[in-house]
Amino acid sequence: MAEADDKWQLLLFPDAASSISGQVDALFWAMVVACGLVVALVFLLLLVFGIRYRRGSPASRRSSPLLYHNRWLEIGWSIPVLAAFLFFFGWGALLYVEILDPPVPEDGQVRRVNVIGKQWMWKFQHPEGIREINDLHVALGQTVRLRMTSQDVIHSFFVPAFRIKQDVLPQTYTRLQFTPTKVGRFDLYCAEYCGLSHSGMVGEVVVMPPSEFQGWLARRARPGTPEQDGERLFRQYGCSGCHGDASSVRAPDLAGLYGKPVPLQSGGTVTADAQYLRDSIIFPSKHVVAGYRPIMPSFKDQISEEDLLKLTAYIQSLTPEEPDAP
Amino acid sequence: MNYLNAGYGLKSWLLTLDHKRVAWLYFISITGFFFLGGAAATLVRLELITPAGDLLSSDAYNQMFSLHGIVMVWFFLIPSIPATMGNFLLPLMLGARDMAFPRLNLLSWYVFILGGLFTLTAVIAGGIDTGWTFYTPYSTMFSNGAVLAAATGVFIVGFSSILTGINFIVTTHKMRAPGLTWFRLPLFVWAQYATSLIMVLATPVLSITLVLLGVERAFGIGIFDPALGGDPILFEHLFWFYSHPAVYIMLLPAMGVVSEVIACFAHKRIFGYKVMAFSILAIALFGFLVWGHHMFVSGQSIYAGVAFSLLSFLVSVPSALKIFNWLATLYKGHIRFDAPMLFALSFIGLFLIGGLTGVFVATLALDIQMHDTYFVVAHFHYIMVGGMVSAYMAGLHFWWPKITGRLYPEMWARVSAIIVFAGFNLTFFPQFILGWAGMPRRYHAYAEEFQLLNVFSSAGAGMLAVGYLLPLLYLIWSLRYGAHASGDPWDARGLEWTVASPPPKENFAAIPRVDREAYAYDTPQ
Repeated sequence: MAEADDKWQLLLFPDAASSISGQVDALFWAMVVACGLVVALVFLLLLVFGIRYRRGSPASRRSSPLLYHNRWLEIGWSIPVLAAFLFFFGWGALLYVEILDPPVPEDGQVRRVNVIGKQWMWKFQHPEGIREINDLHVALGQTVRLRMTSQDVIHSFFVPAFRIKQDVLPQTYTRLQFTPTKVGRFDLYCAEYCGLSHSGMVGEVVVMPPSEFQGWLARRARPGTPEQDGERLFRQYGCSGCHGDASSVRAPDLAGLYGKPVPLQSGGTVTADAQYLRDSIIFPSKHVVAGYRPIMPSFKDQISEEDLLKLTAYIQSLTPEEPDAP
Repeated sequence: MNYLNAGYGLKSWLLTLDHKRVAWLYFISITGFFFLGGAAATLVRLELITPAGDLLSSDAYNQMFSLHGIVMVWFFLIPSIPATMGNFLLPLMLGARDMAFPRLNLLSWYVFILGGLFTLTAVIAGGIDTGWTFYTPYSTMFSNGAVLAAATGVFIVGFSSILTGINFIVTTHKMRAPGLTWFRLPLFVWAQYATSLIMVLATPVLSITLVLLGVERAFGIGIFDPALGGDPILFEHLFWFYSHPAVYIMLLPAMGVVSEVIACFAHKRIFGYKVMAFSILAIALFGFLVWGHHMFVSGQSIYAGVAFSLLSFLVSVPSALKIFNWLATLYKGHIRFDAPMLFALSFIGLFLIGGLTGVFVATLALDIQMHDTYFVVAHFHYIMVGGMVSAYMAGLHFWWPKITGRLYPEMWARVSAIIVFAGFNLTFFPQFILGWAGMPRRYHAYAEEFQLLNVFSSAGAGMLAVGYLLPLLYLIWSLRYGAHASGDPWDARGLEWTVASPPPKENFAAIPRVDREAYAYDTPQ
């Protein structure tokens, strides 16, 4: 019996294991109560009217025009409904912005992890260069910021216990941030239908106490952070031939570029975020920098998503202070 | 001499220009599609009894939920009430002898069947596994299924909607009997009119989107696939720009039916007639402005998400008003609980729950958790099956004597209404809990802790199947053995009840003159 109770407990009160999950639950249960009262009221009225005014019952039905039309009654029930709706809209919107556009944590420490979704697995790159498939290890209390992309179709990164979800798109970087507050293993699901083994695209987020996590990192350590790998790739793919210091070709300088506005040949400006860097490598004609000729070749289908994330990390590291950009 | 015995033989049906016979063509075809979609759902629910994917292969499972969605949405729900009861009743309610364009009406059925055949071909020729949403780039570049044939089928059936919509709009404007002013129209007509506006304005967007999808899949021209320079979010925008209003194509006619049934079985004029009429129009209008609430975690701007959330809350206000007005109609009525009323009351209860859980998913922070989980699946089934199909059943029973001239067996119909209500809740209520606990939709295999509720859900689906098969049997039975119905067996109001059952071929011997408001239940017919 106790086991059965636990089962229901888990379904009705699923694990709440991130810094925002408690706030989401509070909103959820507030709405359950409010809506439950409305449902109870309507069902009660249906029952009462159904019995009292059944055909042939002796209840009084003295006629009045107000039985068919009553403006004040209509206004009277519209206003509380509207007010309640606006209240829950506002509550939900504020929390949503906080979850999907989160502030940098007070200590300024975020752990940046790259995520690549593909049919049908999750691949992770840690800042130390460690790679994982389907499972993601993180430390309790440490804020993690994911930079996510897909190698093929749309996927969606969903960890129910953290109350977070974000679609993962091909050729695009989306981001997601969370701070785990509970040690344990939490299900990771792909939530956007992605073909044959969609339901097999699952994994776990493993939250460890910080000291254990350090031990895990040490055991898995390998040479080369994404930035270091990116620097090697920068030479290997010939990027340094034009963008390097000693180059004779006129190409934009990449030092200090990340996060800055870039004026475009076509007019307008764009912010040099990760998406911009990625587009410039894969679709170089999309944003030509003002004052430069469109001579950069496309590297489409030549660089893997893993290497692209490393190159982006390297170029990002050429700008000393990281702004709060994706 | 009535419209049923005015001619015999296949030709008299397949080439008919009588709106009442066209309605029959639709009745028969959408019933077929309903049970085809239901069979697919049955396989899905059987598979989900166990956590492991063991009954069907993953491929077969994906094809089954796709088939279920495509058939139910485009070949049952969208045409359902408008094409059957709408076609049958609109001229009768307006005091007209037929639709404005009888040939166009017949054409729209042929277009519908053509689209249906294309889709069935797609299923036989290799299946389709994209889900009914056809999300790109999966549908254009990755799926091996017969996406082009299925999309062509949906493209074709869109024209059927557009033709029906145009016909209804023109008929309502031009064919009203003398004295039948706009504010004397039954709410059923208002609902059909608003639905037709949505059909005419939204469906072309779907058509264009499907053409673009076909162009990308067939010729590799980049529109939605980002690897070709396209934008997959653009597809989502275009798809939902049609498919959200499409929910109201399904729902508004249901509201129209329920208004007729509640007024008749409470034997009282509908409360707040003008509020009801305008809230139908408001829902139709606001319905066009909320499509982005399907995309809160898609990667669209989060501030766009905030705007779409606000608009989604606003569209719920007129829906709430309708529920209160139906309740107020019951107050001091003379209520009887025949099967149509039981189905209509089911509609109110289930639509209320569906609507309120819709408010949950419109709430941004909650939708992060609930998007693409079983919570959403439960929510839209409460609206579309609990709401829309219950109303369809209410209307079918209510007008069955008018349509066939026969009474259905009342006891069996009440039993069916009760089984459907119980089975529906057993099927879909557990799915709210599953979704909140995090079970994603479209999963062939799932985590073990979700099994118990899935077993409940599948058991409920078995009850639902009984509840829907029962009417098929007793309604067919009643065609031959049911008692003959008088012109007005329910003591109802409205022009359709002033003619014989079944109505004569030309509906009205003389065009009636209308001198009072709809639902004049305080005066004799």
